[in-house]
Amino acid sequence: MSAPLLDIQGLTKAYPGVVANDTVSFAIGEGEIHALLGENGAGKSTLVKMIYGLVKPDSGTMTLRGAPYTPAEPRAARAAGVAMVFQHFSLFEALNVAENIALGMENPPAMRDLADRIKQVSEEYGLPLDPYRLVGDLSAGERQRVEIIRCLLQEPKLLIMDEPTSVLTPQEVEILFETLRKLRAEGTSILYISHKLEEIRALCDAATILRLGKNVGTCVPRDTTAREMAELMVGSALHTPKSAGAEMGDVVLEVTGLSLPAPSQFGTALKEVNLSLRKGEVLGIGGVAGNGQDELLAALSGETRVARDAVKMNGHPIGHLGPQARRRIGILSAPEERLGHAAAPDMSLTENALLTGAVRKRLVSKGFLNWGRARAFAEEVIEAFDVRTPGPGNAARSLSGGNLQKFVIGREVLQDPIVLVVNQPTWGVDASAAAAIRQALLDLAAKGVGVIVISQDLDELMEVADHFAALNEGRLTGVRPTQGLTVEEIGLMMGGAHDMEVAHVEG
Amino acid sequence: MLKLEKRPQPSRAFSYLTPIFAVIATMIAGGLLFAALGKDPVLAIRTIFYEPLFGEFAFYYAPQLLVKGGPLILIAVGLSLGFRAGIWNIGAEGQYIIGAICGAAVGLAFYPLDAWYIFPLMVIAGALGGLLWAMIPALLKVKFGTNEILVSLMLVYVAENLLAAMALGPLKNPEGHGFPGSRNLKDYPAAHNDELITGTGMHWGVAAAFIAVILAYILLNRHSLGFSIRLTGEAPRAAKFSGVNPARLILFCLGMSGLTAGLAGLFEVAGPAGQISIDFNTGYGFTAIIVAFLGRLHPVGILLAGLLMALTYIGGEIAQSNMGLPSAAIQAFQGMLLFFLLAVDLLTNYRIRLAAKGAA
Repeated sequence: MSAPLLDIQGLTKAYPGVVANDTVSFAIGEGEIHALLGENGAGKSTLVKMIYGLVKPDSGTMTLRGAPYTPAEPRAARAAGVAMVFQHFSLFEALNVAENIALGMENPPAMRDLADRIKQVSEEYGLPLDPYRLVGDLSAGERQRVEIIRCLLQEPKLLIMDEPTSVLTPQEVEILFETLRKLRAEGTSILYISHKLEEIRALCDAATILRLGKNVGTCVPRDTTAREMAELMVGSALHTPKSAGAEMGDVVLEVTGLSLPAPSQFGTALKEVNLSLRKGEVLGIGGVAGNGQDELLAALSGETRVARDAVKMNGHPIGHLGPQARRRIGILSAPEERLGHAAAPDMSLTENALLTGAVRKRLVSKGFLNWGRARAFAEEVIEAFDVRTPGPGNAARSLSGGNLQKFVIGREVLQDPIVLVVNQPTWGVDASAAAAIRQALLDLAAKGVGVIVISQDLDELMEVADHFAALNEGRLTGVRPTQGLTVEEIGLMMGGAHDMEVAHVEG
Repeated sequence: MLKLEKRPQPSRAFSYLTPIFAVIATMIAGGLLFAALGKDPVLAIRTIFYEPLFGEFAFYYAPQLLVKGGPLILIAVGLSLGFRAGIWNIGAEGQYIIGAICGAAVGLAFYPLDAWYIFPLMVIAGALGGLLWAMIPALLKVKFGTNEILVSLMLVYVAENLLAAMALGPLKNPEGHGFPGSRNLKDYPAAHNDELITGTGMHWGVAAAFIAVILAYILLNRHSLGFSIRLTGEAPRAAKFSGVNPARLILFCLGMSGLTAGLAGLFEVAGPAGQISIDFNTGYGFTAIIVAFLGRLHPVGILLAGLLMALTYIGGEIAQSNMGLPSAAIQAFQGMLLFFLLAVDLLTNYRIRLAAKGAA
């Protein structure tokens, strides 16, 4: 390899109480796909933010093609040829693709020229995209293309991608990888952040692994096993969740012919969803984001009330019951969005424990709150799920995403559910915490709890689920045993090729 | 360069300190304003804040503090419940008027009977009147999704016209020589909301305000309904997930704020005002909105804010008569208080940092 594109030497950034990056050094070569690996809180985001000019390092130097590189703001980084695709898209749903891209440009050209440019770039890199479509109508994968093309129009030397595949189907991942390889062939370097070790092995030329803000090793992913990389990240031997393989019992939860109109303009309608869940079963529900996951969870948690007979628990109709009534009979759930949905950001962990624990943990008597019991319950969750926080009095928003996720899942697991429904249980959670959460779900199933795991992480579903189904435009495919399913079959299920044995009546 | 940085969690110290900063900043800016008007700023500030409490005529002014503060606190506590949950009742002034009309009508209906139960009945009628008036925006919002801000505000003007109609029509004093306005309840002991302790300004409305502060504190901090209110205000989706019924919450919050406003109206008409008249209402229902925010929507904060607001009213009047300050200057002064409070409020959630030059 020739001289590196970006050379980072001794980069340090400290926040009050924590050193996010401690003398981190590494180099990204020209035309190289470089992976940045690390657990949550390892300092990946801080490092990337320094490269992209969002955060100023305390000390250390960056050199871009031999010249000192000190971006004061993202605009300067972009001018120097560094572009970034964020994990969370910053797009306006009510505007079309070209308008969204124009908003992010310094001097946007005339709309027609821009649309032509978008078409040209999207065809060149195999990312089909119609510049005049409304972003609200696009799938998550297509929205990501908008973000990528927005970056490519700047002809970057270095493209930073933060967890790009978390919202894609396996087929879409392949398309993205083809694009990235094409970019590499043209000499663009890519800094690729991901948790998915197999992807990194398939795509990346080099990997830098961060742990607790320090660079703990660089490796060539192709020659390293996923397990070795994971252990480098965690700093200890990795624990793989194991199912106790309990016998499945009777059907505990049954959903029949569940249809719901879309809750909003950009929501998804549920169409004739059928499923049955046995005691001790883990049912995995896959699918690309925005295909009815949130709506299905809301219908199961009681947040959206449905027809009486659409949901049955042990044969009793419960579709009309609200969230508290369902919790009373043992149906607990954890939505995907941690801040604002599963937890109230500005409220303390004690108050957030009260949010769902009031009924089953008897935190309320005769309408009055028992703060002592609520605090004890919050402490129990913090202790049992290793939530890193100074105490239950801290606001939910002060926790890192992974820690809050552990709290949100732990809060439901410790309430002895009979049925537990979780959406994206390990989204943005580091490898060891994700393993702990999955193990907790399997332990519940071993005790006879029926568990539904809605997730976009297929590896996760393959690891924990006994049965698999996929959501596609609000329809649920037939349920298949996880064992023996191939990635191709799963991809087809997610893409909408419904199982032959389930005939859907098209409405 | 100054830069704002979001705090990881709201600063507890600053949430207590900001009202004090706001008062100090108001004194400074207000002093400059008074100086620009050619008045002695120190004397003006002293007249507003010191004179009513410790001045020569404090024996007259100090009781006014409770008389003016009582209704403000009572209404503001009721409003704060809804404000906490993101339910905006802007029409407390209307509910205050209807409470006064209903309460006074019940009292006048018994005239001249002397019985112990008349005043309690008036209290109930006043509370119900305010509650029912607030149910109009509440039910419209629950059933049809109308905006409660607009509906409750519009109903203020309806209530004002109703008040005029009552003062000129059904409730007009038959022995009033044709002048508009009802009988004076001060002359009807069974219906009069007299001072509980003579010379203190303390009447049943003030007592009700203190009770409301205590009950609201318990509700918000100890009761699951109060938790639902706070949760809905902080994170509406999380509240739905938790199982809070939004319609019930709207009915409760608007109902409670209507009830307290109605009570305040009743106590005012039966006490300090004495009669239903065309210009009975003096804007307590609107000022209470400021008081609720000045008190950080916290019951104890509202208690202090209500007294402070009353102080600036009374002190402002003294400054007008003694120093010849224009009433507009006093109103600007009160406006500054709210402005500075909202401005320094930023410090609770953000901290100011000095950023290096050039990093614009």
